[in-house]
Amino acid sequence: MKFDPSVDIDRFQILAVIGSLIFLALIVYLVRKKKLREDYSLLWLFFGGIFLLLSIWRESLEYISKAIGVAYAPAAIFIILIMSLFMIMIQFSIIISKQANQISMLAQEISLLKLKNSSSEQESEVKK
Amino acid sequence: MATIGFGRVAVIVPAYNEEMSIGNVLDELNSQNPGNWDVIVVNDKSQDNTLQVAMKHPNVVIDLPINLGIGGCVQSGLLYAYRHNYSFAIQFDSDGQHVANEIKTLLWGMNETKADVVIGSRFIRSFSGQFKSSFNRRIGINLISIATKLLTGKRIKDPTSGFRAFNNAAIKLFAENYPVHFPEPESIILLHKNNFKVHEVSTLMNPRNGGRSSIEKKAGFYMISVLLGMIISAMRPQVQYRSENEV
Repeated sequence: MKFDPSVDIDRFQILAVIGSLIFLALIVYLVRKKKLREDYSLLWLFFGGIFLLLSIWRESLEYISKAIGVAYAPAAIFIILIMSLFMIMIQFSIIISKQANQISMLAQEISLLKLKNSSSEQESEVKK
Repeated sequence: MATIGFGRVAVIVPAYNEEMSIGNVLDELNSQNPGNWDVIVVNDKSQDNTLQVAMKHPNVVIDLPINLGIGGCVQSGLLYAYRHNYSFAIQFDSDGQHVANEIKTLLWGMNETKADVVIGSRFIRSFSGQFKSSFNRRIGINLISIATKLLTGKRIKDPTSGFRAFNNAAIKLFAENYPVHFPEPESIILLHKNNFKVHEVSTLMNPRNGGRSSIEKKAGFYMISVLLGMIISAMRPQVQYRSENEV
Protein backbone atom coordinates (compact mmCIF):
# COMPACT_ATOMS: atom_id res chain seq x y z
CA MET A 1 0.00 0.00 0.00
CA LYS A 2 1.34 3.44 -0.96
CA PHE A 3 1.22 6.24 1.57
CA ASP A 4 0.99 9.90 0.75
CA PRO A 5 3.92 11.28 2.78
CA SER A 6 2.04 14.50 3.50
CA VAL A 7 -0.69 12.57 5.38
CA ASP A 8 0.23 11.50 8.90
CA ILE A 9 -1.49 8.12 9.10
CA ASP A 10 -0.42 7.55 12.69
CA ARG A 11 -2.41 10.59 13.72
CA PHE A 12 -5.60 9.01 12.39
CA GLN A 13 -4.82 5.74 14.17
CA ILE A 14 -4.51 7.59 17.46
CA LEU A 15 -7.80 9.36 16.79
CA ALA A 16 -9.49 6.05 15.90
CA VAL A 17 -8.27 4.39 19.09
CA ILE A 18 -9.39 7.36 21.19
CA GLY A 19 -12.73 7.48 19.37
CA SER A 20 -13.37 3.76 20.00
CA LEU A 21 -12.41 4.12 23.65
CA ILE A 22 -14.72 7.10 24.12
CA PHE A 23 -17.51 5.14 22.45
CA LEU A 24 -16.99 2.12 24.74
CA ALA A 25 -16.77 4.40 27.77
CA LEU A 26 -20.04 6.08 26.78
CA ILE A 27 -21.82 2.72 26.56
CA VAL A 28 -20.45 1.60 29.93
CA TYR A 29 -21.43 4.97 31.42
CA LEU A 30 -25.00 4.66 30.10
CA VAL A 31 -25.31 1.12 31.47
CA ARG A 32 -23.93 2.22 34.86
CA LYS A 33 -26.40 5.11 34.96
CA LYS A 34 -29.17 2.64 34.03
CA LYS A 35 -30.03 4.67 30.95
CA LEU A 36 -29.24 1.63 28.83
CA ARG A 37 -30.08 -1.92 29.81
CA GLU A 38 -27.28 -4.51 29.97
CA ASP A 39 -28.97 -6.87 27.54
CA TYR A 40 -29.38 -4.12 24.94
CA SER A 41 -25.82 -2.85 25.42
CA LEU A 42 -24.17 -6.14 24.44
CA LEU A 43 -24.31 -5.54 20.68
CA TRP A 44 -23.00 -1.97 21.09
CA LEU A 45 -20.11 -3.17 23.27
CA PHE A 46 -19.36 -5.97 20.81
CA PHE A 47 -19.10 -3.63 17.81
CA GLY A 48 -17.26 -0.99 19.85
CA GLY A 49 -14.73 -3.72 20.71
CA ILE A 50 -14.36 -4.67 17.05
CA PHE A 51 -13.66 -1.08 16.07
CA LEU A 52 -11.12 -0.71 18.86
CA LEU A 53 -9.38 -3.86 17.64
CA LEU A 54 -9.38 -2.63 14.03
CA SER A 55 -7.88 0.71 15.02
CA ILE A 56 -5.15 -0.77 17.23
CA TRP A 57 -4.16 -3.62 14.95
CA ARG A 58 -4.27 -1.93 11.57
CA GLU A 59 -3.13 -4.92 9.48
CA SER A 60 -6.20 -6.86 10.59
CA LEU A 61 -8.28 -4.80 8.16
CA GLU A 62 -6.03 -5.91 5.31
CA TYR A 63 -6.38 -9.57 6.34
CA ILE A 64 -10.14 -9.22 6.49
CA SER A 65 -10.41 -7.48 3.12
CA LYS A 66 -8.20 -10.15 1.52
CA ALA A 67 -10.24 -12.92 3.14
CA ILE A 68 -13.55 -11.55 1.85
CA GLY A 69 -12.12 -10.43 -1.51
CA VAL A 70 -12.28 -6.66 -1.15
CA ALA A 71 -9.56 -4.99 -3.26
CA TYR A 72 -9.58 -1.65 -1.44
CA ALA A 73 -9.06 -2.35 2.27
CA PRO A 74 -10.74 0.78 3.68
CA ALA A 75 -13.97 -0.27 1.90
CA ALA A 76 -14.06 -3.32 4.18
CA ILE A 77 -14.57 -1.03 7.13
CA PHE A 78 -17.78 0.25 5.55
CA ILE A 79 -19.04 -3.32 5.13
CA ILE A 80 -18.32 -4.05 8.79
CA LEU A 81 -19.94 -0.76 9.82
CA ILE A 82 -23.07 -1.30 7.74
CA MET A 83 -23.43 -4.91 8.91
CA SER A 84 -23.15 -3.84 12.52
CA LEU A 85 -25.77 -1.11 12.07
CA PHE A 86 -28.08 -3.59 10.36
CA MET A 87 -27.78 -6.03 13.22
CA ILE A 88 -28.45 -3.36 15.78
CA MET A 89 -31.47 -2.07 13.85
CA ILE A 90 -32.91 -5.58 13.57
CA GLN A 91 -32.47 -5.86 17.32
CA PHE A 92 -34.41 -2.59 17.66
CA SER A 93 -37.25 -3.94 15.50
CA ILE A 94 -37.42 -7.07 17.65
CA ILE A 95 -37.57 -4.99 20.82
CA ILE A 96 -40.22 -2.66 19.37
CA SER A 97 -42.38 -5.61 18.27
CA LYS A 98 -42.09 -7.24 21.66
CA GLN A 99 -43.04 -4.00 23.38
CA ALA A 100 -46.00 -3.46 21.04
CA ASN A 101 -47.31 -6.90 22.07
CA GLN A 102 -46.74 -6.15 25.72
CA ILE A 103 -48.50 -2.77 25.47
CA SER A 104 -51.46 -4.40 23.78
CA MET A 105 -51.66 -7.05 26.53
CA LEU A 106 -51.47 -4.35 29.21
CA ALA A 107 -54.24 -2.34 27.52
CA GLN A 108 -56.46 -5.42 27.48
CA GLU A 109 -55.76 -6.13 31.13
CA ILE A 110 -56.49 -2.51 32.09
CA SER A 111 -59.80 -2.55 30.21
CA LEU A 112 -60.84 -5.78 31.99
CA LEU A 113 -59.76 -4.40 35.37
CA LYS A 114 -61.70 -1.17 34.72
CA LEU A 115 -64.77 -3.28 34.01
CA LYS A 116 -64.29 -5.35 37.18
CA ASN A 117 -63.76 -2.21 39.21
CA SER A 118 -66.87 -0.41 37.95
CA SER A 119 -69.10 -3.45 38.46
CA SER A 120 -67.85 -3.96 42.03
CA GLU A 121 -68.47 -0.25 42.71
CA GLN A 122 -72.02 -0.65 41.46
CA GLU A 123 -72.51 -3.69 43.68
CA SER A 124 -71.32 -1.85 46.77
CA GLU A 125 -73.63 1.06 45.94
CA VAL A 126 -76.58 -1.32 45.70
CA LYS A 127 -75.70 -2.76 49.14
CA LYS A 128 -75.67 0.73 50.65
CA MET B 1 -82.93 -19.86 31.07
CA ALA B 2 -80.54 -21.29 28.53
CA THR B 3 -81.81 -22.59 25.23
CA ILE B 4 -81.61 -26.33 24.84
CA GLY B 5 -78.26 -27.64 23.66
CA PHE B 6 -76.40 -24.36 24.03
CA GLY B 7 -74.31 -23.03 26.88
CA ARG B 8 -73.70 -19.40 27.63
CA VAL B 9 -72.85 -17.25 24.63
CA ALA B 10 -70.68 -14.12 24.69
CA VAL B 11 -71.70 -11.85 21.83
CA ILE B 12 -68.63 -9.67 21.30
CA VAL B 13 -69.29 -6.36 19.59
CA PRO B 14 -66.04 -4.57 18.67
CA ALA B 15 -66.75 -0.86 18.19
CA TYR B 16 -64.63 1.93 16.77
CA ASN B 17 -66.36 5.24 16.00
CA GLU B 18 -69.81 3.69 15.52
CA GLU B 19 -71.99 6.13 17.50
CA MET B 20 -74.53 6.21 14.66
CA SER B 21 -75.14 2.49 14.45
CA ILE B 22 -74.13 0.87 17.74
CA GLY B 23 -77.33 1.92 19.55
CA ASN B 24 -79.52 0.10 17.02
CA VAL B 25 -77.17 -2.90 16.96
CA LEU B 26 -77.37 -3.28 20.75
CA ASP B 27 -81.16 -2.75 20.79
CA GLU B 28 -81.55 -5.47 18.16
CA LEU B 29 -79.25 -7.88 20.04
CA ASN B 30 -81.01 -7.25 23.34
CA SER B 31 -84.48 -7.74 21.87
CA GLN B 32 -83.46 -10.97 20.12
CA ASN B 33 -81.61 -12.36 23.14
CA PRO B 34 -83.06 -15.80 23.95
CA GLY B 35 -81.67 -15.51 27.49
CA ASN B 36 -78.29 -17.17 27.24
CA TRP B 37 -76.49 -14.37 25.41
CA ASP B 38 -74.32 -11.82 27.16
CA VAL B 39 -73.66 -8.91 24.86
CA ILE B 40 -70.16 -7.49 25.38
CA VAL B 41 -69.18 -4.23 23.72
CA VAL B 42 -65.46 -3.57 23.26
CA ASN B 43 -64.81 0.12 22.69
CA ASP B 44 -61.52 0.53 20.81
CA LYS B 45 -60.79 4.07 22.05
CA SER B 46 -63.39 5.66 19.78
CA GLN B 47 -63.13 9.42 19.30
CA ASP B 48 -66.89 9.88 19.04
CA ASN B 49 -69.67 9.02 21.50
CA THR B 50 -69.60 5.26 20.95
CA LEU B 51 -68.73 4.65 24.61
CA GLN B 52 -71.51 6.91 25.92
CA VAL B 53 -74.10 5.33 23.62
CA ALA B 54 -72.99 1.82 24.65
CA MET B 55 -73.04 2.74 28.36
CA LYS B 56 -76.74 3.67 28.09
CA HIS B 57 -77.47 0.03 27.29
CA PRO B 58 -77.58 -2.67 29.96
CA ASN B 59 -74.62 -4.49 28.37
CA VAL B 60 -71.09 -5.17 29.54
CA VAL B 61 -68.72 -2.54 28.10
CA ILE B 62 -65.00 -3.16 27.90
CA ASP B 63 -63.28 0.20 27.38
CA LEU B 64 -59.76 -0.04 25.94
CA PRO B 65 -57.40 2.71 27.15
CA ILE B 66 -55.61 2.87 23.77
CA ASN B 67 -56.62 2.05 20.21
CA LEU B 68 -55.55 -1.52 19.45
CA GLY B 69 -57.18 -2.03 16.05
CA ILE B 70 -59.74 -4.69 15.23
CA GLY B 71 -57.48 -7.63 16.17
CA GLY B 72 -56.65 -6.45 19.68
CA CYS B 73 -60.22 -5.24 20.14
CA VAL B 74 -61.82 -8.61 19.35
CA GLN B 75 -59.13 -10.35 21.37
CA SER B 76 -60.07 -8.33 24.48
CA GLY B 77 -63.60 -9.64 24.14
CA LEU B 78 -62.35 -13.19 23.68
CA LEU B 79 -60.09 -12.81 26.72
CA TYR B 80 -63.13 -11.75 28.74
CA ALA B 81 -65.10 -14.70 27.37
CA TYR B 82 -62.23 -17.07 28.21
CA ARG B 83 -61.86 -15.83 31.78
CA HIS B 84 -65.61 -16.04 32.37
CA ASN B 85 -65.79 -19.57 30.96
CA TYR B 86 -68.23 -18.93 28.16
CA SER B 87 -69.04 -21.98 26.05
CA PHE B 88 -69.33 -19.91 22.88
CA ALA B 89 -68.39 -16.51 21.59
CA ILE B 90 -69.85 -14.64 18.64
CA GLN B 91 -68.06 -11.82 16.86
CA PHE B 92 -70.70 -9.30 15.80
CA ASP B 93 -69.87 -6.06 14.00
CA SER B 94 -71.16 -2.77 15.37
CA ASP B 95 -71.81 -1.19 11.97
CA GLY B 96 -75.19 -2.82 11.52
CA GLN B 97 -74.02 -5.25 8.87
CA HIS B 98 -74.74 -8.39 10.86
CA VAL B 99 -78.22 -9.69 11.66
CA ALA B 100 -78.87 -10.68 15.29
CA ASN B 101 -81.31 -13.40 14.30
CA GLU B 102 -78.54 -15.14 12.33
CA ILE B 103 -76.51 -15.85 15.48
CA LYS B 104 -78.72 -18.91 15.88
CA THR B 105 -77.69 -20.00 12.38
CA LEU B 106 -74.03 -19.86 13.36
CA LEU B 107 -74.64 -21.80 16.58
CA TRP B 108 -76.76 -24.38 14.79
CA GLY B 109 -73.99 -24.76 12.23
CA MET B 110 -71.54 -25.35 15.04
CA ASN B 111 -73.83 -27.88 16.68
CA GLU B 112 -74.38 -29.78 13.44
CA THR B 113 -70.80 -29.88 12.16
CA LYS B 114 -68.94 -29.93 15.50
CA ALA B 115 -66.66 -27.25 14.06
CA ASP B 116 -64.54 -25.10 16.39
CA VAL B 117 -65.20 -21.94 14.40
CA VAL B 118 -68.18 -21.20 12.18
CA ILE B 119 -67.98 -18.35 9.69
CA GLY B 120 -71.12 -16.62 8.48
CA SER B 121 -70.81 -16.18 4.73
CA ARG B 122 -72.57 -13.71 2.46
CA PHE B 123 -71.75 -15.69 -0.64
CA ILE B 124 -72.72 -19.33 -0.18
CA ARG B 125 -76.30 -18.82 -1.24
CA SER B 126 -77.68 -15.57 -2.57
CA PHE B 127 -80.73 -14.26 -0.78
CA SER B 128 -82.30 -12.71 -3.87
CA GLY B 129 -79.78 -9.90 -4.05
CA GLN B 130 -79.82 -9.25 -0.32
CA PHE B 131 -76.13 -8.59 -0.17
CA LYS B 132 -74.43 -6.82 -3.00
CA SER B 133 -70.77 -6.03 -2.93
CA SER B 134 -68.65 -4.07 -5.33
CA PHE B 135 -66.74 -5.76 -8.15
CA ASN B 136 -63.31 -4.85 -6.75
CA ARG B 137 -64.29 -6.15 -3.37
CA ARG B 138 -65.41 -9.46 -4.85
CA ILE B 139 -62.09 -9.84 -6.68
CA GLY B 140 -60.15 -9.15 -3.47
CA ILE B 141 -62.22 -11.61 -1.45
CA ASN B 142 -61.84 -14.24 -4.17
CA LEU B 143 -58.05 -13.80 -4.16
CA ILE B 144 -57.96 -14.26 -0.38
CA SER B 145 -60.25 -17.25 -0.77
CA ILE B 146 -57.88 -18.82 -3.32
CA ALA B 147 -54.90 -18.15 -1.03
CA THR B 148 -56.81 -19.80 1.83
CA LYS B 149 -57.49 -22.84 -0.37
CA LEU B 150 -53.80 -23.08 -1.36
CA LEU B 151 -52.54 -22.72 2.22
CA THR B 152 -55.11 -24.87 4.04
CA GLY B 153 -56.73 -26.97 1.33
CA LYS B 154 -60.10 -25.72 2.50
CA ARG B 155 -62.46 -23.64 0.42
CA ILE B 156 -63.79 -20.69 2.41
CA LYS B 157 -65.92 -18.48 0.22
CA ASP B 158 -65.98 -15.48 2.53
CA PRO B 159 -62.68 -15.51 4.46
CA THR B 160 -62.95 -11.82 5.37
CA SER B 161 -66.32 -12.16 7.07
CA GLY B 162 -66.25 -10.88 10.64
CA PHE B 163 -69.44 -12.72 11.58
CA ARG B 164 -68.12 -15.74 13.44
CA ALA B 165 -68.85 -18.20 16.21
CA PHE B 166 -66.09 -19.69 18.38
CA ASN B 167 -66.35 -22.67 20.72
CA ASN B 168 -64.46 -22.67 24.02
CA ALA B 169 -61.34 -24.31 22.52
CA ALA B 170 -61.16 -21.60 19.84
CA ILE B 171 -61.81 -18.90 22.49
CA LYS B 172 -58.82 -20.20 24.41
CA LEU B 173 -56.59 -20.28 21.33
CA PHE B 174 -57.50 -16.73 20.32
CA ALA B 175 -57.41 -15.28 23.84
CA GLU B 176 -53.67 -15.92 23.66
CA ASN B 177 -52.94 -15.66 19.94
CA TYR B 178 -54.99 -13.44 17.72
CA PRO B 179 -53.64 -11.85 14.53
CA VAL B 180 -53.24 -8.10 14.87
CA HIS B 181 -53.83 -6.18 11.67
CA PHE B 182 -56.17 -8.06 9.34
CA PRO B 183 -57.25 -10.86 11.62
CA GLU B 184 -60.04 -12.58 9.69
CA PRO B 185 -58.13 -14.30 6.86
CA GLU B 186 -55.06 -14.92 9.02
CA SER B 187 -57.05 -16.53 11.81
CA ILE B 188 -58.33 -19.20 9.38
CA ILE B 189 -54.72 -20.23 8.67
CA LEU B 190 -53.92 -20.18 12.40
CA LEU B 191 -56.91 -22.45 13.08
CA HIS B 192 -55.91 -24.85 10.31
CA LYS B 193 -52.30 -25.02 11.56
CA ASN B 194 -53.53 -25.95 15.03
CA ASN B 195 -55.95 -28.64 13.77
CA PHE B 196 -59.12 -26.69 14.52
CA LYS B 197 -62.16 -27.34 12.38
CA VAL B 198 -63.58 -24.38 10.47
CA HIS B 199 -67.00 -24.45 8.86
CA GLU B 200 -68.83 -21.89 6.78
CA VAL B 201 -72.57 -21.34 6.82
CA SER B 202 -74.71 -19.05 4.76
CA THR B 203 -76.12 -16.07 6.63
CA LEU B 204 -78.18 -13.06 5.80
CA MET B 205 -76.37 -9.73 5.97
CA ASN B 206 -77.49 -6.14 5.78
CA PRO B 207 -75.90 -3.89 3.22
CA ARG B 208 -73.48 -1.46 4.73
CA ASN B 209 -75.23 1.78 5.62
CA GLY B 210 -72.65 4.49 5.87
CA GLY B 211 -68.97 3.89 6.40
CA ARG B 212 -66.77 1.96 4.04
CA SER B 213 -65.10 -1.31 4.76
CA SER B 214 -61.53 -1.10 5.98
CA ILE B 215 -60.75 -3.28 2.97
CA GLU B 216 -61.86 -0.75 0.38
CA LYS B 217 -59.94 2.25 1.67
CA LYS B 218 -56.47 0.97 0.92
CA ALA B 219 -57.18 -1.94 -1.38
CA GLY B 220 -53.69 -2.54 -2.76
CA PHE B 221 -51.95 -2.24 0.56
CA TYR B 222 -54.58 -4.42 2.19
CA MET B 223 -54.23 -7.21 -0.37
CA ILE B 224 -50.43 -7.35 -0.15
CA SER B 225 -50.27 -7.30 3.63
CA VAL B 226 -53.11 -9.81 4.00
CA LEU B 227 -51.55 -12.29 1.58
CA LEU B 228 -48.13 -11.85 3.19
CA GLY B 229 -49.65 -12.25 6.66
CA MET B 230 -51.40 -15.44 5.55
CA ILE B 231 -48.23 -16.97 4.10
CA ILE B 232 -46.26 -16.13 7.24
CA SER B 233 -49.04 -17.55 9.43
CA ALA B 234 -48.80 -20.74 7.41
CA MET B 235 -45.07 -20.93 8.16
CA ARG B 236 -45.50 -20.54 11.92
CA PRO B 237 -45.18 -23.52 14.24
CA GLN B 238 -48.15 -24.76 16.24
CA VAL B 239 -49.22 -22.70 19.22
CA GLN B 240 -47.76 -23.69 22.57
CA TYR B 241 -50.16 -22.81 25.33
CA ARG B 242 -48.88 -20.89 28.29
CA SER B 243 -49.62 -22.27 31.73
CA GLU B 244 -53.22 -21.88 32.90
CA ASN B 245 -52.67 -19.20 35.52
CA GLU B 246 -50.84 -16.91 33.10
CA VAL B 247 -53.72 -16.56 30.66
